Amino acid sequence: MLPDLRADFPLLTRTVRNGKPLVYLDSAATSQKPHVVLNAEAEFYQFHNAAVARGAHLIAEEATEAFASARADVAAFVNAETDEIVWTENATAGINTVANGMANASAGIGGTASARFRVGPGDEIVVTETEHHANLIPWQQLAARTGATLTWIPVDDDGRMILDDLASVVTERCKVLAFTHASNVTGIISDVAALVARARDVGALTLLDACQSTPHLPVDVKALGVDFLVMSAHKMLGPTGIGALWGRKELLDALPPSVFGGSTIKTVTMTETSWLDAPSRFEAGSQPVAQIVGFAAAVRYLSALGMDNVAAHERAIARILREGAAALPGVRLLGPVGNDPLENMLGLAAVVVDGVHAHDVGQVLDDAGIAVRVGHHCNQPLHRRFGVASSTRASAHVYNTEDDARAFVAALATVRTFFGVAA
Amino acid sequence: MSQLEQMYQQVIMDHARAVHGRGLKDPGLVSVGESFQVNPTCGDEVRMRVGLDGERIASVSWEGQGCSISQASVSVLHELVEGETLEEADRIIEAFRALMQAKGEGLDEEREDLLGDATAFVGVGKYPARIKCALLGWMALKDAIIQAGRDTDHD
Repeated sequence: MLPDLRADFPLLTRTVRNGKPLVYLDSAATSQKPHVVLNAEAEFYQFHNAAVARGAHLIAEEATEAFASARADVAAFVNAETDEIVWTENATAGINTVANGMANASAGIGGTASARFRVGPGDEIVVTETEHHANLIPWQQLAARTGATLTWIPVDDDGRMILDDLASVVTERCKVLAFTHASNVTGIISDVAALVARARDVGALTLLDACQSTPHLPVDVKALGVDFLVMSAHKMLGPTGIGALWGRKELLDALPPSVFGGSTIKTVTMTETSWLDAPSRFEAGSQPVAQIVGFAAAVRYLSALGMDNVAAHERAIARILREGAAALPGVRLLGPVGNDPLENMLGLAAVVVDGVHAHDVGQVLDDAGIAVRVGHHCNQPLHRRFGVASSTRASAHVYNTEDDARAFVAALATVRTFFGVAA
Repeated sequence: MSQLEQMYQQVIMDHARAVHGRGLKDPGLVSVGESFQVNPTCGDEVRMRVGLDGERIASVSWEGQGCSISQASVSVLHELVEGETLEEADRIIEAFRALMQAKGEGLDEEREDLLGDATAFVGVGKYPARIKCALLGWMALKDAIIQAGRDTDHD
């Protein structure tokens, strides 16, 4: 378990409606930021701000050093090599970098070096039914542009990927398999090993959406065995506007870029350009250096806590959230109900209250000072699979306490009475 | 009355529990317009159908699903607008929009009279995230009237 960390997060000390203390349970949407992250950004601007990798002056050297060491910090956080980390605007941009790079390769850009990224008619792009829209739409569009076919691994009534007949979904025609490390709706942690093994059997590339795992679990890109992985700083106690794409170096060096501009090139003529190796080829134009420095401070903060400790802490909160919610009359917990899967669950609970819309549920919780997410959480297909349009999601992070989880359950218990639908 | 109770006034709760005008009707009129609107953040949706008899809105019917605010709002809309002239409906639509932008303050007496039961939505104006719930049906109404050929009639 973690110590009480709330004093590290200035926003958590403020009050909300009617002066109530804030219970922030919306971290799967975005996390709050500790002083060390806020200070890192401010100090960069106050003392080290200059154009990176350009100037011949002291401040430029300091800015360039801060930029480079941040990349090393984020790489170390996921056990990657430093030059395998590409800065992206967010995880969405990271996925688009890969999907659009594959579209460019399919159009012949990159020549034979990028041939392994080509997809076309007869090829299959495979996702899962539990993906966030960000890990579905780029692949839908890649299929639409190239004539490849999009297929997906279905989920069962609890939202678990159905892996029994994986071989019939991930076939020899599969060129890329994109899937989430952990669901932002059910909290289920995916069986990465099984999916990677099958993808390797058929020679398919793999991309892991690690948005919901890197903030909460130990993540080791080498142990996972995937080819690409994306993460988003703002869910990891870091700033908004910055994320990272990790990829195997030989793949990143062959993938054509899809955003073009300065700092990405070896040589340019009026008609042709040759690209630098990764990561530079993907980092066109000025980079958000202060956010990158803040991102590095965030992963250092998480590393100091220990990701095993973070995971254990959030599992304890998950138990209260999930068991508490599931035990309430007229409340349906989306995803598995019961104790045994908690080892494979994130610290979140998405619920549907019988007879009360998610917006109305969220409003009652808000009135009690409890901040949650309402809606479909950018995951309409999974909600449709569950037969609902939307849900109310409470999601924890390092700063939450078991009392926060109890406050959620207690407020949730009042919802049906308020709307006059309790028996 | 708590802030929450100010938003969920009894009129709203009653309408949400027993909505009016649900179920698309065939108005049997020449000028029929339909509009489908969604709230992309939550997937709430409403399909609104209006039938015009000259300058009068003879029929308003709808189907859809959503939160209590959106459902009650479209129910109240049905009560207020069906049978009214286009000119009067315009005034009601604009008054409701003004109420949503009033940050929880009321409107002048003339417009509150125009809105009747719909003034119960005053508290929604304090919650920016919920204003679009309340406006969903009204946006569908405005569009459905246009679809019914009102503009081409005037041109």
